[in-house]
Amino acid sequence: MSEVVKKFMYLNRKAPYGTIYAWEALEVILISAAFDQDVCVLFIDDGVYQLTRGHDPKGIGMKNFSPTYRTLGDYEVKRVFVDRDSLEARGLTQEDLVEIAWEDFETEEEIDNIVEVVDAARVSALMNEADAIFSF
Amino acid sequence: MKFALQINEGPYQHQASDSAYMFAKAALEKGHEIFRVFFYHDGVNNSTRLTTPPQDDRHIVNRWAELAEQHRLDMVVCVAAAQRRGLVDEGEATRNGKDATNIHPSFRISGLGQLVEAAIQADRLVVFGD
Amino acid sequence: MTILHTVNKSPFERNSLESCLKFATEGAAVLLFEDGIYAALSGTSVESQVVGALDKLKIYVLGPDLKARGFGDERVIAGISVVDYAGFVDLTTENDSVQAWL
Repeated sequence: MSEVVKKFMYLNRKAPYGTIYAWEALEVILISAAFDQDVCVLFIDDGVYQLTRGHDPKGIGMKNFSPTYRTLGDYEVKRVFVDRDSLEARGLTQEDLVEIAWEDFETEEEIDNIVEVVDAARVSALMNEADAIFSF
Repeated sequence: MKFALQINEGPYQHQASDSAYMFAKAALEKGHEIFRVFFYHDGVNNSTRLTTPPQDDRHIVNRWAELAEQHRLDMVVCVAAAQRRGLVDEGEATRNGKDATNIHPSFRISGLGQLVEAAIQADRLVVFGD
Repeated sequence: MTILHTVNKSPFERNSLESCLKFATEGAAVLLFEDGIYAALSGTSVESQVVGALDKLKIYVLGPDLKARGFGDERVIAGISVVDYAGFVDLTTENDSVQAWL
């Protein structure tokens, strides 16, 4: 595996189900765990709909991949951010979003929910510090 | 400089593959290196050798193949995205009991890790999509 | 670190440009290409937004995409630079990373 550690940003701006981008973006994030990079996952614009609770796509004949977001912590993702303005524009708050727990098995450090709602300035700062931005 | 390109859309339907090709050509002409071109989402459709556009139109698949030939480009098609969309090479055909293959020989099917690795190795990741 | 932001959608179809301009910070570069080039034209309802952004951002438009869609450099908002694909490549190397507003 590579020695280089880069700051990777996975940027999600699209709603789930209507198109496959959300699901296939999630697949990349899961794979990236194996590469020990500094991963940051950001949800803005319609991407915030990927994290809302209560998805039930049985009636549209699709797989429910919503539970997979909650396992991101197990894939060594520790930094998940949601743009506050995008939530507010859609009438949503953090209460509407799934929680993602994180635990370091070596140090036993635990975080109940790593989903962090941040303001626009923070979103910009996160983007600016990324070495590579994966867009879907 | 070393580039990794990610292409998210199929040929003809969307300009993404055309733009990426023009970008790759210009980068190579400037002496840069393309570490890898990774085809994801519907972008995997850029790799079928069965593509037959009208004669007066560009042949997007062959155009990539020729560029790859000239510059020894590593063009990788995501296996999971390819399987979903019916893009099959010999290995996948054997594994999944399919009676045909359609991947152009200039492309290879591999895992998503190839995209992540490309972004690690390259100086710049440039994404083309919808 | 500076970012090259790329916008390939018409501002009349999607909010890509709006989001890009919101999150791009002082000194960043924005390249309008594919259907994104319509935002570079003068006389549109987004012109004032684009002109306002020129105070903090460097904005570029891809000439071949402009020409393909029947618009000449004279329709481009003053302050926006027209580049070709080689110029696009240079923008990616002059900046530290590339953010595609798909």
